[in-house]
Amino acid sequence: MLLRATSPDKPLSYMPSLARLLSWLAVAAVFAWSWHGADIRPLELAKYSGNIVTLAHDFFPPDFNEWRSYVSGMLLTVQIAVWGTGLAIVCAVPLGLLCAGNIAPWWITQPTRRLMDVCRSINELVFAMLFVVAVGLGPFAGVLALWVHTTGILAKLFAEAVEAIDASPVEGIRATGARHIEEIVYGVIPQVMPLWASFSLYRFESNVRSASVIGLVGAGGIGQILWEIIRAFEFQQTCAIMIIIVVGVSLIDAMSQQIRRAFI
Amino acid sequence: MHPAIVIEALEKTFQGNRRVLDIASLTVMPGEMVAIIGASGSGKSTLLRHLSGLARADRGGTNRIVVNGRCVQQRGHIARDVRQIRAGIGFVFQQFNLVGRLPVLTNVLAGALSRLPLWRTLPGWFPECEQERAHQALKRVGIEELSQQRASTLSGGQQQRAAIARALVQGAQVILADEPIASLDPESSRRVMQTLADLNRQDGITVLVSLHQVDVAMQFCRRIVALRHGRVVFDGAPSELTTGVLSEVYGSELPSPELEPAVTEAPLPAYARA
Repeated sequence: MLLRATSPDKPLSYMPSLARLLSWLAVAAVFAWSWHGADIRPLELAKYSGNIVTLAHDFFPPDFNEWRSYVSGMLLTVQIAVWGTGLAIVCAVPLGLLCAGNIAPWWITQPTRRLMDVCRSINELVFAMLFVVAVGLGPFAGVLALWVHTTGILAKLFAEAVEAIDASPVEGIRATGARHIEEIVYGVIPQVMPLWASFSLYRFESNVRSASVIGLVGAGGIGQILWEIIRAFEFQQTCAIMIIIVVGVSLIDAMSQQIRRAFI
Repeated sequence: MHPAIVIEALEKTFQGNRRVLDIASLTVMPGEMVAIIGASGSGKSTLLRHLSGLARADRGGTNRIVVNGRCVQQRGHIARDVRQIRAGIGFVFQQFNLVGRLPVLTNVLAGALSRLPLWRTLPGWFPECEQERAHQALKRVGIEELSQQRASTLSGGQQQRAAIARALVQGAQVILADEPIASLDPESSRRVMQTLADLNRQDGITVLVSLHQVDVAMQFCRRIVALRHGRVVFDGAPSELTTGVLSEVYGSELPSPELEPAVTEAPLPAYARA
């Protein structure tokens, strides 16, 4: 619903062929310009293919001897995601409303939106490194990192949902003499609830994935175990951990699909 | 007896200097049921929205709107206590304006929000007596059995009656109905108008209803106010509403045949003849 479809009766406009040619040339120029910087070496990919095959070979068979510690690491990762997302949802509800142009005046929406931009534009991995310095190594730093970053994302998504609501039910509530906050609770929130729930669950899924990465900087969970094992060149164990991450994330995705259905 | 509604020198101009309302004086006494008729864009809806403070008159001037003895707006400034005044004014919208995802009962209970403290309304803890009142209101409009359904699952006529029940829970002494039957089929229209008429006759609620159908206005209301370009061009009993007046009210827009049946030879719909 955030995307607007082209109206069917309006024919698609085709750019004149010269302009099209120029824009394709511009795209090609950007890729050519990035070639050197990104250190693209396709020939070496072919040259070292033997190495890559050997490396891939080292991953098999996966070594599940330490599976208990991997599974508990994965659970820890899920727990970090649960708290990081939960705290973010609690904060994103009021902040999202304050970002919505049809709820708050511009002198509130503008500063709140800029603050949320900051939270969103800095990657959770960066936040995790900062929080590790602040609160020490461990899952709590991961929770804080996910919390800040996810608040920025959810507040923006929540605000967009609020700005797309139908104003007439809100006016219906207003006409009864209800207070402003009651207009929001009775007129706005019921309308955006399915979208908000859907966004929150989606962020929870991606936070489980992110949480398995932020362990790399010492913020706990399966990522931390993964990092230690890769550095020890234990590729068979690495493979086992990767399988556990894939299975864990898939399970979470399937579960949240089910929960999402209940909200619509 | 204080008038239920007093309008003085109401002027409203939209952007581009388009004058949409220009009413020198209009008074409605308690217990009256008044129809407002007029072509599309004649200012019917805008007038009703001004009465509950949902719209603001032009700044300056001497405009003043008093409902239930309390000033809703004056000189283009909405009263500070407008929310308390609105509690006494039920508003029924053309598109019902219910919250579709909430149960009918909750929509009706919204009428009680203004008199309950926030610690009750925010978590939705409505006291027993208000719930009882909401059920009574739903029974009164004949849809009590639908109270647990989502409002969006109701037909248009049922939604409109739920909206009237919300006004009843408000304890409104005045009901403003903005084209309440414009989106309804004839049978639902008749039931909604009958419900409004019953509330007017049995409970003494003042009803101000804007209507597109002149015949419906003539059947249900003893007083008709006609607007043209935001001005009152007729104010009187249905019997005084002649073809001449109607052609003045609707002007060049008259040709649309459903607008002129009442006083011409065109037969009235069944419900209007009853």
